[in-house]
Amino acid sequence: MSVLILADHDLGQLSPSTARLVTAAQGLGDLHLLVAGQGASALAAAAHFAGVSKILVAEGPDALPTADSLRAALVALAPGYSHIIAASSSLGRDVIPGLAARLGVMPVTDVVEIVAPNRFVRPIYAGNAFEHLSSSEPLHILTVRTSVFTPAPLGAAVPVETLAPLAPGRVTTLRAERSAGDFPDLTSAAVVVSGGIAFGSVEKFAALGDLATALGGAVGATRAAVDAGYAPNDWQVGQTGKIVAPDLYIGIGVSGALQHLAGMQGAKRIVAINTDPEAPLVKVADYALIGDLVEIVPQLIAAFRKA
Amino acid sequence: MKILVTAKRVVDHAVRIRVRPDGTGVDKTNARMSMNPFDRHAVEAAVALKEAGRASEVVVLSIGPKAATDVILTALAMGADRGVLIETDAALETLAIARLLAKVVAEEQPDLVLLGKQAVDDDASHVGQMLAALLDWPQATFASALSVDGAALEVTREVDFGRLTQRLPLPAVVTADLRLNTPRNAALPMVMKARQKPLAVRAAAEFGVDLAPRLIIEKVTPPAERQQGPILQSVDELVARLRADLASIEGMT
Ligand SMILES: Cc1cc2nc3c(=O)[nH]c(=O)nc-3n(C[C@H](O)[C@H](O)[C@H](O)COP(=O)(O)OP(=O)(O)OC[C@H]3O[C@@H](n4cnc5c(N)ncnc54)[C@H](O)[C@@H]3O)c2cc1C
Repeated sequence: MSVLILADHDLGQLSPSTARLVTAAQGLGDLHLLVAGQGASALAAAAHFAGVSKILVAEGPDALPTADSLRAALVALAPGYSHIIAASSSLGRDVIPGLAARLGVMPVTDVVEIVAPNRFVRPIYAGNAFEHLSSSEPLHILTVRTSVFTPAPLGAAVPVETLAPLAPGRVTTLRAERSAGDFPDLTSAAVVVSGGIAFGSVEKFAALGDLATALGGAVGATRAAVDAGYAPNDWQVGQTGKIVAPDLYIGIGVSGALQHLAGMQGAKRIVAINTDPEAPLVKVADYALIGDLVEIVPQLIAAFRKA
Repeated sequence: MKILVTAKRVVDHAVRIRVRPDGTGVDKTNARMSMNPFDRHAVEAAVALKEAGRASEVVVLSIGPKAATDVILTALAMGADRGVLIETDAALETLAIARLLAKVVAEEQPDLVLLGKQAVDDDASHVGQMLAALLDWPQATFASALSVDGAALEVTREVDFGRLTQRLPLPAVVTADLRLNTPRNAALPMVMKARQKPLAVRAAAEFGVDLAPRLIIEKVTPPAERQQGPILQSVDELVARLRADLASIEGMT
């Protein structure tokens, strides 16, 4: 049987999670990759990942396809497949549950491990428990937490089949605002530097960006820091934000509330910088420095800028 | 405009749950229960629209055990007009929940259904999208701003790259994110008044929906425990440790 992978992209960029989705799906069957939305043909050119046997292209009216138009295209394609797999991204999470409901299938989402073609592991309760599920549905409709999979390399060019364009949905996009900043993608970055409400102002939070740049990492934030306006919403790490699994996660002035831990407890190394030795993040850190971020952050920037 | 808003009774978000040692599930004995935080934002949005003269009636719906009456009362105290409890002691899957909701929508004929974007117990984030698909209504998920403009909604959604502002015709389904608003705490007189508001209790079985689960939960396991490492003594020591870690990351890539 064949597996349909929904390529993840936004505003004209293929997201790094697409290559990771391919790895997640490896071994489930013949892999087809669907690239759908405005500019799909151009994006497809960069999507010849090793292991994919065919790329399907559906152009569309929206840079980020709306759930209803994308769902209709997926419903039409579904009969040929044993699995339909998307990232647990704002695109995948928006379309996959509705697709499943339309097809009368119970989806399995936020999958962190595919044990067998019909057996999956997913976190519940903000990652404080893992559900091991098996499904006897004839079609498996999944979203995957791509941060736990490695990216598939590019491979030889494969056939590209052009499908009918997506039909316009009923939702019209008025504005798309990409957050400023030239940082690596948070969910796939090897190094993530996160800051909390303790930074105290937008200006001071900007120092975190300097540190991230010096370390070649991405910037994350707690919900409290985003709510306070120090960081844009798409930097939020946690149960309701992004899920990151970097090699190195540095939390500065981050208490480590369970909703925050939910987004980063998959990090290989956790480092905490905090005035409070009892902060929950310090309790799970591989190493920690107890002290004031106001003094420590500039010293770190200086040390790593030189290097 | 009539609004249907949903509220789920869940283990309170501040409770750190434990997995039962036999792997059969999560131990909820004596755990504090409350309204799913995302649903509080949905209820607040519905009530605010009513107060602004944009909505004529706000109906709050919960699906769950008798005890879920509590979250309905909370929503009524926040300002919803009447409640519906679809009673069931079974842990229903999201598809069954969405199908029950679709039946209620057919009866109630709301113009807008507001839900939380996810529930903090199963963290699924399915039901709003499923309902929109079953009804074939447009949807706006992860909403952080919402306004009504005639027969259309303008919704700002939190997405992976930033924010997306979209316009959708009514009737529609919207799921609430935490930055949509600040939910009110109902004042005591409102809590007293809530008990006088109509609350209909219906059995889940009476809707003719197949409620049987599709997925088998083989087991539930706890996450790997992380051990606390050393507390470093100086910034220099921290820099040295970070250098070593960065070098090994570079070695891997
Ligand atoms: C339903 C729900 C979902 C949520 N989802 C998320 C989510 O996705 N992501 C998320 O992050 N949160 C989430 N939260 C919020 C979460 O519960 C916490 O409130 C939040 O993570 C705390 O952010 P913080 O660490 O910045 O602030 P605080 O908890 O206030 O911690 C500040 C920390 O800074 C330290 N500090 C203070 N001054 C200094 C200094 N000068 N130098 C060094 N350290 C200092 C303090 O010791 C403390 O540890 C959610 C909450 C709910 C209810």
